[in-house]
Amino acid sequence: MKHATIEKNAALMSILVLIMVAIGGLVEIVPLFFIESTIETVQGIRPYTPLELKGRDLYIREGCYNCHSQMIRPFRDEVERYGHYSLAAESKYDHPFQWGSKRTGPDLARVGGKYSSLWHQEHMRRPRNVVPESVMPDYPWLEENALDYDDIADRMTAMSRIGVPYSEEMIKNAIADLKAQATPDSDTDGLNTRYGNKVPLDDFDGQPKRITELDAMVAYLQMLGTLVDFSSYQAQAR
Amino acid sequence: MDGASATQQETYDYDVVRKFTIAAVIYGLVGFLIGDLLAWQLTYPDLNFSSPYLSFGRIRPLHTSAVIFAFGGSVMFATSYYVVQRTCKARLFSDALSKFTFWGWNLVVVAVVVTYPLGLTQAKEYAEPIWPIDVLVTLVWVAYFINFVGTLAKRKEPHIYVANWFYLAFIITVAMLHIVNNLQIPVNWTDSYSVFSGVQDAMIQWWYAHNAVGFFLTAGFLGLMYYFVPKQAERPVYSYRLSIVHFWAIIFLYIWAGPHHLHYTALPDWASTLGATFSIMLLLPSWGGMINGIMTLSGAWHKLRTDPILRFLVISLSFYGMSTFEGPMMSIKSVNALSHYTDWTVGHVHSGALGWVAMVSFGAIYHLVPRLWNTSIHSVGLINLHFWLSTIGIVLYIAAMWISGIMQGLMWRAYDQYGNLTYSFAETVEAMHPYYFVRSVGGVLFILGSLVMIYNLTKTIRKGHPV
Repeated sequence: MKHATIEKNAALMSILVLIMVAIGGLVEIVPLFFIESTIETVQGIRPYTPLELKGRDLYIREGCYNCHSQMIRPFRDEVERYGHYSLAAESKYDHPFQWGSKRTGPDLARVGGKYSSLWHQEHMRRPRNVVPESVMPDYPWLEENALDYDDIADRMTAMSRIGVPYSEEMIKNAIADLKAQATPDSDTDGLNTRYGNKVPLDDFDGQPKRITELDAMVAYLQMLGTLVDFSSYQAQAR
Repeated sequence: MDGASATQQETYDYDVVRKFTIAAVIYGLVGFLIGDLLAWQLTYPDLNFSSPYLSFGRIRPLHTSAVIFAFGGSVMFATSYYVVQRTCKARLFSDALSKFTFWGWNLVVVAVVVTYPLGLTQAKEYAEPIWPIDVLVTLVWVAYFINFVGTLAKRKEPHIYVANWFYLAFIITVAMLHIVNNLQIPVNWTDSYSVFSGVQDAMIQWWYAHNAVGFFLTAGFLGLMYYFVPKQAERPVYSYRLSIVHFWAIIFLYIWAGPHHLHYTALPDWASTLGATFSIMLLLPSWGGMINGIMTLSGAWHKLRTDPILRFLVISLSFYGMSTFEGPMMSIKSVNALSHYTDWTVGHVHSGALGWVAMVSFGAIYHLVPRLWNTSIHSVGLINLHFWLSTIGIVLYIAAMWISGIMQGLMWRAYDQYGNLTYSFAETVEAMHPYYFVRSVGGVLFILGSLVMIYNLTKTIRKGHPV
């Protein structure tokens, strides 16, 4: 076929362009849904608790991904600085993924448990109070705003429709579980039965009588990267 | 504007071109201003003012969307509507569709400006608009495609001119990327969750984002280049054969390059290796465009001495050549291990976005405005001033980011004599400060240049009248 033929036919050119630009994506994307080794099987991965899910929504709302990655690469310096390199399984319930592309601030993939909730409260209020060199904005509104969790069941239902294994029981008890996680003295048996015994429990915002946006944000940060027990993971890999 | 073609020109729809040209100039300034505010925020974090509506994380997407989609998009609409009419010798397919694309696109921009500071976002880079806006974008884009192809179909020239191949590929590919990457399940009228998760979502997002660069900011703007460079130089395109080869090669190869954003992540190695391989191959067709553009000046080089518009076009091709060399180099895994997550990437993007996209757009706008308002430019000297302000601004910006990016990467991986990490993360942040300052100053120069352009164009439009 002479190129002149294509050049004289807008429909033909459109079709050929579409074919040419479709190929690369098809080859690179489609197999990721079918090759089983793409996401390794590991113990401990669970869906976010209702409070953590709200926290993750706030992480998205504030655009934290613009400056923080959640993807540790398998290099000596990164593993020493941040912890074990990230596994695909650790973000398999992340709709959308939050790997990020820039580290204006440090990686957060394993920030869970690294600092106390008290540290996070001060840090969110004014980062330079605890890290003088920081260029992070202040987030004073998080501890002021009451957490709006009326729609938590809708959010979990939406997630369950796209493959996150939230059971009917989890969705039914969402508000109770959310309150329990931010109220350490309460009865957390239900929460622990549904999400495991490692769920971080704390008065995350330092305001025992209120559940604020800061509760959700800190609860999310405190669980990041804590789900997989890496001593048993390495044993499996061998 | 010779008299012989005057009757012909009356049938062209220049109204929509004029509207999009003005939109481009205004949105450009807005996008640059927000970008420079962000640069100053990183230099002096108190400039976030402890306000949710001005905090870095919410307005950084406003900057990227404003420059790519509001400014870049308006330039694409304006120039493609102008070029397709003139090279097909036909009026745009439908006046109604032209109007719909203009008002629809502006509605998208307004919706984005309102929603992002409120924290309504999908949190996918360069695809942050919430789902109702995504639907509107899709409608406008389909209208754009119909209007563009419809105009090609009623052309009075036997051949479709090369600029239109690139515009066509840009329109089709952006539609494909936008639809796939924005598949999401709504929770309510503002919130939704991507149907993809984790590793698959990452791959699809960077397939989208890299080709937003590849097709929105490269293929589309090469279309622009293929019309305005030959026109302004008054020379034919250097090589027709080269344009065929590099057109098909660039659209085929570009789409594979996305995974180079995911080296050493949890993305399987085969995918990231494929991405790197195609990124390196991409150098050849990318430079094909640069060679074809610059060599078009053969026999017309002396015009650079007197014509600052041509100077804008030629320096944009030089920046294009430089950043399309830098890109493949950064996609090599061992280089990427250093550059990823650092300011080097930010510098690379801006050498492409400011040096190539903005500069070639300025050249095209200076070419267009006098023709659209049937007059001559108010001041050639001010075009020259704009040229130097922007060029110096860009050089300050990218040099600062090269230094800070490479330094950051080296500091993160530095070990002392006892085998401990030498620097805490906070120390590496502190070390960036002087370079963030220089970058911010570069941005100020670039903005001053834009203000000079706006003044010059306003004066030009005032003394002209729409054709």
